[in-house]
Amino acid sequence: MTLAKETSNLDFSCETGNYHTFCPISCVAWLYQKIEDSFFLVIGTKTCGYFLQNAMGVMIFAEPRYAMAELEEGDISAQLHDYEELKRLCTQIKRDRNPSVIVWIGTCTTEIIKMDLEGLAPKLESDIGIPIVVARANGLDYAFTQGEDTVLAAMANKCPDKAPTTEKEERNAIHKLLNFGRKEEQIEAEEASYKDHPPLVLFGSLPDPVVTNLTLELKKQGIKVSGWLPSKRYTELPVIEKDYYVCGVNPFLSRTATTLMRRRQCKLIGAPFPIGPDGTRAWIEKICSVFKIEPQGLEEREAKIWSSLEDYLELLRGKSVFFMGDNLLEISLARFLIRCGMTCPEIGIPYMDKRYQKAELDFLEQTCQEMGVPLPKIVEKPDNYAQIQRIKELQPDLVITGMAHANPLEARNISTKWSVEFTFAQIHGFTNARDILELATRPLRRNQRLDSLPLMPTNW
Amino acid sequence: MKLAYWMYAGPAHIGTLRIASSFQNVHAIMHAPLGDDYFNVMRSMLEREKDFTPVTASIVDRNVLARGSQERVVDNIVRKDGEEHPDLILLTPTCTSSILQEDLANFVERAQIDAKGDVMLADVNHYRFNELQAADRTLAQIVKFYVEKAQKKGELPTEKTAKPSVNIIGLTTLGFHNQHDCTELKRLMADLGIEVNAIIPQGAKVNNLKNLVKAWFNLVPYREIGLGTANYLFEQHNMPFVDISPMGVIETARCIRQIQKVLNAQGAEVNYESYLEEQTLHLSGAVWFSRSIDCQNLTGKKAVVFGDNTHAAAMTKILAKEMGIHVVLAGTYCKYDGDWFRAQVEDYCDRVLISDDNGEIGDQIAQLEPAAIFGTQMERHVGKRLNIPCGVIAAPIHIQNFTLGYKPFLGYEGTNQIADLVYNSFTLGMEDHLLEIFGGHDTKEVIHKGISADSDLTWSKEAQAELNKVPGFVRGKVKRNTEKFARDRSLTEITLEVMYAAKEAIGA
Repeated sequence: MTLAKETSNLDFSCETGNYHTFCPISCVAWLYQKIEDSFFLVIGTKTCGYFLQNAMGVMIFAEPRYAMAELEEGDISAQLHDYEELKRLCTQIKRDRNPSVIVWIGTCTTEIIKMDLEGLAPKLESDIGIPIVVARANGLDYAFTQGEDTVLAAMANKCPDKAPTTEKEERNAIHKLLNFGRKEEQIEAEEASYKDHPPLVLFGSLPDPVVTNLTLELKKQGIKVSGWLPSKRYTELPVIEKDYYVCGVNPFLSRTATTLMRRRQCKLIGAPFPIGPDGTRAWIEKICSVFKIEPQGLEEREAKIWSSLEDYLELLRGKSVFFMGDNLLEISLARFLIRCGMTCPEIGIPYMDKRYQKAELDFLEQTCQEMGVPLPKIVEKPDNYAQIQRIKELQPDLVITGMAHANPLEARNISTKWSVEFTFAQIHGFTNARDILELATRPLRRNQRLDSLPLMPTNW
Repeated sequence: MKLAYWMYAGPAHIGTLRIASSFQNVHAIMHAPLGDDYFNVMRSMLEREKDFTPVTASIVDRNVLARGSQERVVDNIVRKDGEEHPDLILLTPTCTSSILQEDLANFVERAQIDAKGDVMLADVNHYRFNELQAADRTLAQIVKFYVEKAQKKGELPTEKTAKPSVNIIGLTTLGFHNQHDCTELKRLMADLGIEVNAIIPQGAKVNNLKNLVKAWFNLVPYREIGLGTANYLFEQHNMPFVDISPMGVIETARCIRQIQKVLNAQGAEVNYESYLEEQTLHLSGAVWFSRSIDCQNLTGKKAVVFGDNTHAAAMTKILAKEMGIHVVLAGTYCKYDGDWFRAQVEDYCDRVLISDDNGEIGDQIAQLEPAAIFGTQMERHVGKRLNIPCGVIAAPIHIQNFTLGYKPFLGYEGTNQIADLVYNSFTLGMEDHLLEIFGGHDTKEVIHKGISADSDLTWSKEAQAELNKVPGFVRGKVKRNTEKFARDRSLTEITLEVMYAAKEAIGA
């Protein structure tokens, strides 16, 4: 391998798209929990419902604020009237749950029978008096986490463009939380601690503790987060005016970014994502540089986090990791793990938006150069069968993969980590770097502990 | 349109895939959008399967929508044929392909020209059948295909086996305790001196299906899967079948007597009466359990039963006839076969419920307040909410129902397992109840361990709010660790910053 040539450019390829991933409707599972006053209605078939109930495991028993509008043969053959049927169901939801918004998730079936959800929604909205957001999160077009992207893109259009002046403070849930129980003058003093910069709205759904954490990180730099898409409640969606700055926290939000730029005329800050201490620092630095703020103490902060990770880094150094690809977090995670001292022969990824992820891709390239390792091969729309052949060949130390392949690979003595866990775990910011490594090293730690057990008889 | 939170039986293609992946060397190709291959996850997780699940998707995406699958499905079939050399590739339609109305049969014909193995289209319509019906149909379809194929080639065996023999039909992957039932049925057949000619589909090879006709009779242990095949073999090849589930002492005896009748009609001259007596009175613990004081205490206790036809019907009979328990409600989610269920259990329960609406079942349980529930995982969760113990007797099931230990539901060991399940469900309920009557455990005060009990630290409101977001089961630990961190640094107030610093430093 000629390193000099390799490092000059990332190698992108595209395979058949025969790979395993979650259906994008799975986003309802974390979004209904995030947006507390929402109700998600998935308009699809038994197949969708079966996936949701099995993929969400125990959550399904906790009276979730989501349900299926299960299409029957009469709906498919248009013997039943779409509008009347949806009205009946949504009225029932309003009566039983009284949500502040109903999100319709369009599926493959509504696409194929061309059910005009976007057309039906405004009419029904005025009929029943609840906002309806339409997101087409289907398996024809999208993979797994891209479901959230379609929902947030739809919500971006629902954000108020000018806040009523009296309500302005009330709307901002994050600041309400941070200012909780403080006196007016204290708040004013705090306002003064922010530098003067144009309003910044962050987008991407994260658990509340992570939201607080990232907001505080920026606050340390004197940057004020004016709002967050999505917020805890639909009624608290942030104000988005023309020329506001926006920045993404997750790599799979390209439609949301596009919507914010084109429809809401915001300015996108293209940064690496705040995953890993390296990513978090680069993310903050990029935001600072756009606002012409000199970042304070970031270098020390990053170094301190790295030193606290040393026990895990020891396990990872020199080991190889192979991403089969299913949730679009792959580039950021690979970049972080390479910084941790791993090598990465292949990054599979469902879909690669080279524009939205540009800063992250550049950062990956830079990281590889600095660590002196070859650039990974980036495989878009991978072919799982071909990947398994390559894994057999390469014998990587760790494969990050979906559950369909995890047990069979383990039975062939290939250590695996279930990729979906990275979607649900808290992985953003300085504070959570350890959680990522906790996941990534678990199979390696398991291997150490089971040292005295025989390996499985390999049978490829 | 139907508002649904939960479903008992899956979509049709799951049934087809369960059959395909039960056979050896059969590959299924789903005509489906991205993400519909969730079956592979379930099989790999629930069954802890060591091998890659032989199911691939031929992806339906935007291009397919615009121009049709064209060569894609054919290419995928031929490719898989070359890669893995399966004996059979089963093209599996999904809800999506049902409405696209592409000519999948034509794809199969074209692929067959280049493929070395057989190629077949599963004949199941998503909108007409559920998982169980589809599994039953697919199994029958595959058996018919291979029996007819052999017939055309003149390779169909004409002789029966020398000794009495049986085909056991309907054991599948992801079936409730099917693996253990399979072992138990083999043991039972061995005890009865009956050769097992074939077990299908679990572990079978399609090219051996022609040999099915050599057996003296077919045994269909589960109501839901296998009857279609047994009926086909009866109608076309004159093979008698026994479709009594050997579940519970009485039904197992009934099943064995029926087998005796079927064999004797073919000149076997067998008599199983002494075997039955030996098993029930001396070997199985279940009959003695029913006479024991333990079980006497259960007399007249109220139970609700809900599940698939096979297990709910059998459990209802066991509870009512073998343990003297009062079944206040017996229900099934197999609506398409509800009449059969009603006829089976009518005499042994107060009410029959035929429904696949889990809300309705939950409401009934809440109103009836039974002392125990026997149902699916869904009823287990209803029980949790209402504080009623539940024994799981039917799919849908979680990973804990795929036990490593030997737990059949059928045959004589099955009767022991069921007795344990019933008894444990009720006594746990009794224990709880008694604890409550006598005022709970003796130490009511929670003993605080560690240093957080006498905390000299103050938590800021934000930090307290943040702490409250931490899941309950680890909150104490996070609190202790954070306070230790603060104390080590002589901090007196815990703020959000301190919390994060603690987490970064010690993973609190």
